[in-house]
Amino acid sequence: MSAPTDLQERFPSAVLQVGALDDGLPLLCVSPEALASIAAAAKELGFDYLACITGVDYPSDDQIEVIYNLYNYHRREALVIKVRIPRGVARLPSVSGVWRAALFLERETYDLLGVHFEGHPELKRILLPEPWVGHPLRKDYDMNRQQFVSKGPQGEDIVSFDPQEGW
Amino acid sequence: MAAYQPCTVEPHPNQSDWITLNMGPQHPSTHGVLRMILQLDGEIVRQVELVIGYLHRSMEKMAENVRYPHFIIECDRADYVANYHYEAAYVRAVEELAGIVPTPRAQFIRTICLEFDRIQSHLVWLGTYGLDLGALNAFWYGFRERERILDLLQELTGVRMHPNYFRFGGVKADLTPDFERKALALCDLLAGKVDEYESFLSQSDTFVMRTQGVGAMSREMAIDWGVTGPNARASGLDFDQRRDEPYFAYGELEFEVPVRPEGDCYARYAVRLEEIRQSVRLIRQALDQLPQGPVIPAGLEKGYQFLVHPNGEHYAHVEGPRGEIGIYLIGDGTTFPYRVKMRSPCFQNLSVLPELMRDCLIADCVAINGSLDLVMGCVDR
Repeated sequence: MSAPTDLQERFPSAVLQVGALDDGLPLLCVSPEALASIAAAAKELGFDYLACITGVDYPSDDQIEVIYNLYNYHRREALVIKVRIPRGVARLPSVSGVWRAALFLERETYDLLGVHFEGHPELKRILLPEPWVGHPLRKDYDMNRQQFVSKGPQGEDIVSFDPQEGW
Repeated sequence: MAAYQPCTVEPHPNQSDWITLNMGPQHPSTHGVLRMILQLDGEIVRQVELVIGYLHRSMEKMAENVRYPHFIIECDRADYVANYHYEAAYVRAVEELAGIVPTPRAQFIRTICLEFDRIQSHLVWLGTYGLDLGALNAFWYGFRERERILDLLQELTGVRMHPNYFRFGGVKADLTPDFERKALALCDLLAGKVDEYESFLSQSDTFVMRTQGVGAMSREMAIDWGVTGPNARASGLDFDQRRDEPYFAYGELEFEVPVRPEGDCYARYAVRLEEIRQSVRLIRQALDQLPQGPVIPAGLEKGYQFLVHPNGEHYAHVEGPRGEIGIYLIGDGTTFPYRVKMRSPCFQNLSVLPELMRDCLIADCVAINGSLDLVMGCVDR
């Protein structure tokens, strides 16, 4: 039995769709509540390597899609898990307890798309300074409004819209 | 020579006696701008916190605002030591999503470029790692041969770095008339030089004692943290995209994938050195089997590249010198990408660093950090 159908049988209500990406990679669309248990089950099935977490903003649907690329080193097969959440309350259970590769990837997705991963031990910005305003990879991020970074007295990052501040 | 003994001192019970030491972001051993906040218990590192993002150029956002071919040159800048590999991953993603079939000759030319790129990237690593550990000769020798490779690639692409050479369906220009002869001569030179590097590093007590048994990473740990490439193969993970999921011309070429079980810094060094030998072997075969024909399919020359408008989603990945370089591409049928996610190998390799450094001596920090071959441009994108 292939892994997607196996997972569908174990989580009949949580697996919304079984299909394939445009390149033929097996795809599983799941509901956000069951993500953590499906991730754990996928790891049990041998998907031991989390290659990539991608967040995509779809303002036209008012949703954010988070895509997990998994790989099974033993059987040399790939699996893509997709989950859609509303843009306003972008919350997802963390899978960092299943694959520790997710520790950095989830922080990056939080930083750039503003998805909150509940249960992540240290969810803070990773590429941008902590006080940065907005999440750049959201489609409605205002790129014409520049932000300037300087250092505060304790060495902390200060972000301001005024280029003179802090200098 | 006494075997290396890992430190087994019990942690000091009173954490307030620990010292916080800031390392970087301008520390020479970080090969870029990486800041590490070390918690020291005497000479022993107990905790490491990583601060990154100093080189963040928000490439993924830039990709959404340029046409497909414009991002090829942007990709080069992500990993500025191995420029061709990000190009390869991106070009492959667009081609496979848009249904473009590259010409056979272009596939071989790309493979030759990628392997030369891998060798020069490993030589940069070898040189700077030798420098970290006090073997200055590795630096001079490594950079000497690297310059020969860059000269050859400059003849082909016009520039030493950031070539902007790959195109959807092929490459920018055919090989120069003298390229094959010069490339073969360079292969002969490199094959001999690898033995030379090995002779002065593998037999150097200083180098061996500072790397053997230091920073050991198990196979399970490598998989769990998403570590790929030579770092994972040095931990016993027998996987190489070029062999197991072939792309470009790799399916038609023969080579071996070096794997070491130890997982320490020395194993990572040994795997990379052997990879240089295998790359030379690949280039020789590719030059030998190079087919004739066009380097770009009809209908995709020059300005026609801008008409590429894939629709759908695709994850393409190639085996870079540091591990899996992946591009998750979403196209919406326009000439601008909707989303380009760059899966950086260095980002994942870096995330395991605090784990490797835990309870090591402070002097080993440099040895462990250097052995992972991190390029901060690739981490921060």
